[in-house]
Amino acid sequence: MIQPEIIEELRQIVGPQNIQTDATDIYTYGYDASPEYYHEPDVVIAPANKAEIIEVLAICRREQLPIVARGSGSNLSGGTVPIAGGIVMTFTRMNQILEFDQQNLTLTVEPGVITKAINQYTASAGLFFPPDPGSMQISTIGGNISENSGGLRALKYGVTKDYVLGLEVVLANGMVVETGGKLTKDVAGLDLTQLMVGSEGTLGIITKAILKLMPIPEANKTMIATYRSMEAAAQSVSDIIAAKIIPATMEFLDQVTIKAVEDFAHVGLPTEAAAMLLIQQDGHPREIDADIATIEKICRQGDAIDVQVAKDEAEGAKLMAARRTALSALARVKPTTVLEDATVPRSEIAPLVKFINDTAKKYKLYIGTFGHAGDGNMHPTCLTDLRDKDEMKRVHLAFDEIYRKTIELGGTVTGEHGVGLAKLAYLPWKLGASGMWADAAIKAALDPDNILNPQKLYGRSEVAVHD
Amino acid sequence: MTKRSSDHEIQQAFDTQMNRDKLLQCMRCGFCLSTCPTYIASGFKESHSPRGRIALMLAVANGQKEPDEDFYRTIETCLDCRACEAVCPSGVQYGELIETAKQILIDHHKQGVKEKVIRSLTVRGLFPHPGRLNFMADFVTFYQRSGLQKLTHLLHIMSLFPASLRAMEAVLPDVRAYKKPVDIRPFAADFPEKKTYRVAFFEGCLMGSMFQHVNSTSKVLLQLAGCDVISPAKQICCGALSDHSGEKALAREMAKKNIAVFEAEKIDFIVNNAGGCEAELLEYPRLLADDPEWVPRAKAFSAKVKDVTQILTLTGFDQLALQMPPTKITYQDSCHQQNVFGVAQEPRQLLQAIQGVTLIEMEERVGCCGSGGIYNMVEPTAANHILDLKMAKITALSGVQRIITANPGCFMQMRLGVKRAGIDEQVQVQSITDFLLDAVNYTRTQNQQAIIAVQNS
Repeated sequence: MIQPEIIEELRQIVGPQNIQTDATDIYTYGYDASPEYYHEPDVVIAPANKAEIIEVLAICRREQLPIVARGSGSNLSGGTVPIAGGIVMTFTRMNQILEFDQQNLTLTVEPGVITKAINQYTASAGLFFPPDPGSMQISTIGGNISENSGGLRALKYGVTKDYVLGLEVVLANGMVVETGGKLTKDVAGLDLTQLMVGSEGTLGIITKAILKLMPIPEANKTMIATYRSMEAAAQSVSDIIAAKIIPATMEFLDQVTIKAVEDFAHVGLPTEAAAMLLIQQDGHPREIDADIATIEKICRQGDAIDVQVAKDEAEGAKLMAARRTALSALARVKPTTVLEDATVPRSEIAPLVKFINDTAKKYKLYIGTFGHAGDGNMHPTCLTDLRDKDEMKRVHLAFDEIYRKTIELGGTVTGEHGVGLAKLAYLPWKLGASGMWADAAIKAALDPDNILNPQKLYGRSEVAVHD
Repeated sequence: MTKRSSDHEIQQAFDTQMNRDKLLQCMRCGFCLSTCPTYIASGFKESHSPRGRIALMLAVANGQKEPDEDFYRTIETCLDCRACEAVCPSGVQYGELIETAKQILIDHHKQGVKEKVIRSLTVRGLFPHPGRLNFMADFVTFYQRSGLQKLTHLLHIMSLFPASLRAMEAVLPDVRAYKKPVDIRPFAADFPEKKTYRVAFFEGCLMGSMFQHVNSTSKVLLQLAGCDVISPAKQICCGALSDHSGEKALAREMAKKNIAVFEAEKIDFIVNNAGGCEAELLEYPRLLADDPEWVPRAKAFSAKVKDVTQILTLTGFDQLALQMPPTKITYQDSCHQQNVFGVAQEPRQLLQAIQGVTLIEMEERVGCCGSGGIYNMVEPTAANHILDLKMAKITALSGVQRIITANPGCFMQMRLGVKRAGIDEQVQVQSITDFLLDAVNYTRTQNQQAIIAVQNS
């Protein structure tokens, strides 16, 4: 429990309007968008600038007080749940776009800017920020950088780390580092930018970011292909890549997901199909036409029931928007949604999806799978009920098996959601003892007091057994 | 009753009355945050967001959190504008959840003294009784006409009332003008002979008394569009104010009465012009869900309810070559019309069809003005804050001359808004039907002839 004098000190730093201590207020900062983790913070503060953050960190070091940086709390790993109590720091007052540099195609922002607002801001100049996580309409850029968020366009455009050129970070000891810059090439020192991206708020507090922008492609075309089996769809994905075509987006939806999305969005998705691919290509109109024609041919040869090309960009946009609702649409089916992000080399999608199906049957679970097929990032989503203890146990047992299989197939335990609390137990499977040691050594060097988002990402080293 | 035992009873009520399945439907994705006026106005406090309120309701129901004054405050300060529902991909029925929570607080007398006075004055004493409303409208007319208005200002008599009522008093429409129905005769020559639909007009309590002018304008427009318009005499208030402020039993009785009245008429549609009423009429099946005899009747009733702008676009009113002198306008949606009733496109279609009119949309079109039924009376500070944020968006638009509104609550609130923003000299607030009739009148004087009837266009 935090001492009243410390609360008072924090109040002095951020101002009385920007601190929350009442029971009702702080209760609502104990969760994120993952279903199973909850812990109340002692206090919630919204600093105005890095000077205030430096002062706050000094108190945290002195008092050994945990501090968790939180964007919009839309993350899916328990990563912003203040599991050790202490301070939750929000960035609702650090939400300005600082500079739009059209010479160097960069945008400098504060961490609290909503991701979608970046694209709204740069669109009229014909530029865009490619990473597009499913939560972009509410997630903050600071959160995206800390989680190294992916999205639908990752296959062709990469993920958040590919678009962060530089950062300003307050370290645990109060020093401010400025990493990178408006530079494409920069090999001076270690690549601290990339070290910070995806570090889940455990190595420093991001106060500024220089983002790389890209020209908005001239045009795009969207198509859907439906299949009688999930394996046939997964095979088409591999065949398309093997034909040396890199679509901007290649999304996979299984039947459970198709039905849920159609029920919500009413865009005419084929609910009788076992699986569906939603493919979008962008670029020059002539190249798009050629690519889509080739993809269409591959899908038909790959035993697709039906292939349909959206008649214009508006129809395509509607299909893409419907896909964005996949997760939340599934959430309507049952009270609790356990969303995972098993990721394999794309050549292994078919065996992974088959294994997920078999495992769901074995444990009598309802699992819908959708995901970014082009990059092998699958979201097996278990629809269950937190109140059913027996079923929740089976959920964990099933995912233990699914993640073992994922590793076996050369994959990883999280493609884009982050480790947070949810993947701590699986982390050693991916990193091994040496990897765990190296990560922990970096953490210990940069945050010796372990005040920054403790108990996440490095946490435990023993392997979880759910029994 | 000690405060502690009362908190305990409230916890028990949440435990037994809140629908946990519906609370758990929220997966905390946070999509609702950016649309919530109270979240924004609170300086982005999670406890004042839909996601936060749902988490708190669940925690109180489960006994994981004590209900306290801050908890009651966050429930009370919800506008019930339902903007969150419109963007919720998981289909959380937030309106129902928050209304149950509000009902529990009312049942346990948790609302403040001021709210009780306003509630008993309006929800129980006034809106269900057309006679009393008319009396009040007459009183307001008298009050304005008699010069008493000036006198009371001088004597500060209004200072006896809560500040919120004083503020609303300052922006009460000129009831003489608004209560007086528009003269239908000059338009009668333009009513097409061949009728399109037979519609029954749902008058509404506020609209039927203090805003009779707007209702009669709507009726003239409908008749210009070829509709045969009737107004069943025994209809009463839709019950929205009772329903949303937790007076469910009263709301149910009002719903039944209206269903019975309109069932007796041979009509194609039931037409209204106020988002708050329309949303409530649409929800009659939910309101009467526990009453098997009434469910099919409520469904049949709700299926017929349309906004006046829907009927106008349906009958091709937007095809008339209406004109206006060059006018820049912006449109303030009614939350319930947009988020619950689902009408946002039709009014814009009608406005944009008028030659000379430029519709400039506000940044972030979605957004409550803070009116929220009787919210601006019971939560004046929060309502004014939300209103000022809204006015900042309007003053950011250059050269807007009129704010067109969809609802009497929004109309009054926006009048207060332009006053607070100091732009009431430059910017006129008008209901959409009044604006459309202005366009009809202007077109007639320009053409020196009757506008071409819909059927002949």
